[in-house]
Amino acid sequence: MNHRRKSTWNWFRFLLENYGLLLGFIFLCLFLSIASPYFLTLENILNVGRQISITAIVAFGMTFVITAAQIDLSVGSVIALTGVTAAAFLRQESNISILWIIAILIMGFLIGVMHGFFVAKQKIPAFLLTLATMGILRGIGFIYTQGRPIYIKSESFRALGRGFIGPIPTPIIIMLVIWIICYFILTQTKFGKYVSVVGENQEVARISGINVDKILIYVFILQGILAAIGGAIMASRLGTGSPQVGQGEELDVISAVILGGTNLYGGEGKMFGTLLGAMIIGTLLNGMTLLNISPYVQMVIRGLVILGAVWMNMYRYRVKR
Amino acid sequence: MQNEPILKMKGISKKFGSVQALYQVDFELYPNEILGLLGDNGAGKSTLIKIISGVYSPDVGQIFIHGKPVTIFDPAGAKELGIETVYQDLALATKLNIAENIFLGREKMKNFLKTPIQILDKRKMEAETKPLLERLRIPLDPKLKVGTLSGGQRQATAIAKSIFWEAKIIIMDEPTAALGVAETTKVRQIILDLKKHGASVILISHNLEDVFSVADRAIILRGGMRVGDRIIKETTRDEIVKLMVSGEKKNEINNIQFDEVVH
Repeated sequence: MNHRRKSTWNWFRFLLENYGLLLGFIFLCLFLSIASPYFLTLENILNVGRQISITAIVAFGMTFVITAAQIDLSVGSVIALTGVTAAAFLRQESNISILWIIAILIMGFLIGVMHGFFVAKQKIPAFLLTLATMGILRGIGFIYTQGRPIYIKSESFRALGRGFIGPIPTPIIIMLVIWIICYFILTQTKFGKYVSVVGENQEVARISGINVDKILIYVFILQGILAAIGGAIMASRLGTGSPQVGQGEELDVISAVILGGTNLYGGEGKMFGTLLGAMIIGTLLNGMTLLNISPYVQMVIRGLVILGAVWMNMYRYRVKR
Repeated sequence: MQNEPILKMKGISKKFGSVQALYQVDFELYPNEILGLLGDNGAGKSTLIKIISGVYSPDVGQIFIHGKPVTIFDPAGAKELGIETVYQDLALATKLNIAENIFLGREKMKNFLKTPIQILDKRKMEAETKPLLERLRIPLDPKLKVGTLSGGQRQATAIAKSIFWEAKIIIMDEPTAALGVAETTKVRQIILDLKKHGASVILISHNLEDVFSVADRAIILRGGMRVGDRIIKETTRDEIVKLMVSGEKKNEINNIQFDEVVH
């Protein structure tokens, strides 16, 4: 009898550990579709998808960063700075070219190289480094724009954030493509495996012949580029490049990753979990707005979700070890 | 040319800040021998093996493999020269499975759907791990996570990792330190198996029983200097302990020629 109860509990735990997030998401959707008639409309679903796309894209990069036992707090500022840069390129209608894409991708790349260099070669803790660059990068955006948003005239650029491919908004397509690529990299390639090993134990990685510094630099480059893509979509959706956007974005991004089950101590990344985590956070925010919950209460609920995510994550990985 | 050392080091010195970890140490390992490397804590054993395995580079001194001078820049370089190390803390990634650990750093790859994109060939790595584990008499599932294994199983996995690559020189750092009696016996058996398969083993151990039960020869370090070199069959535990604790007069000739080693 006792044995049987134990096995039921184990079965329950297995279910909760592996599908808990999915179940949570389904329950959230069920609840919201009952609570608000508007929730399950196609328009609203696509709207949620569009809203989470930027958070999710950046969170895919953050999954690599956290799996490597690092952190990047500067992603919100990278979104702002790259958005401003894109807008600066597109101030005139005539400047429609591939140039701006290359420019901001290079910018994200260089920011990643800088982060990687300081973390890998100068051994500066990523938390403090990116805390510093969070201010520096946003500050540069403010200096360049004098605090005023830059209006984007280019219609073709706006299609990136506002357009549709078939019936589906372009940002959702971009998000799914990037998700597939990141999932593939994390689970199927040497690089993905090395990121996990570096995150678990750098010494083990080093004596196995893995170039730890290179892996760390690549991880930050990937995060820089994905944050830059997020910045481009953001600027396109808003139609302006503003140094103000993306403030606090790092919180949503990190909570999506942690909620998704990536080990917050590094070593184990869950790319599907991150996608689900971003969806849960986006749905929750959408639901609270639909239900007319005051922004102040929303702040508290959001904080509670982060706390819950971290708690679950620690329980999961602490107990296992 | 049987008596030419497979690995020879001359005048190795290494300083960490003001600490002289190694001073003018000579070292030679002959083909197909098990060499015990002994010494008290801080004697320089770990520093010496880390120089051989490419983790540190010496301040002064030369390294020869088969008589040829070499420079070992990093662990990957040591592996290329056929030197594998089984570390005391085992250097295994606990969140990866056995097969992934054995192939860590040297993964088998395959093409992804006939494109030039290279992906991990997990199935092949697992298939190649299986017979290896059977050879070591630990028939475990290659898909088991290392974090779930016992101390002895981990030790065997770490050893499997080194022999898989057909290393000519295998360095073992305290292989039995964390093991129970039965597991210790098994690991000693594995070490003797390695020798039978033609490898040379450097065995670092606090446990004199390990050295006396498997080694052919022992080099003793004390305070970063080499203070003794003994053939196991011609020495006693007392003598070795005395060397480890108090050293021996500097001008005594410690080198033993290979011919004297009885196999």
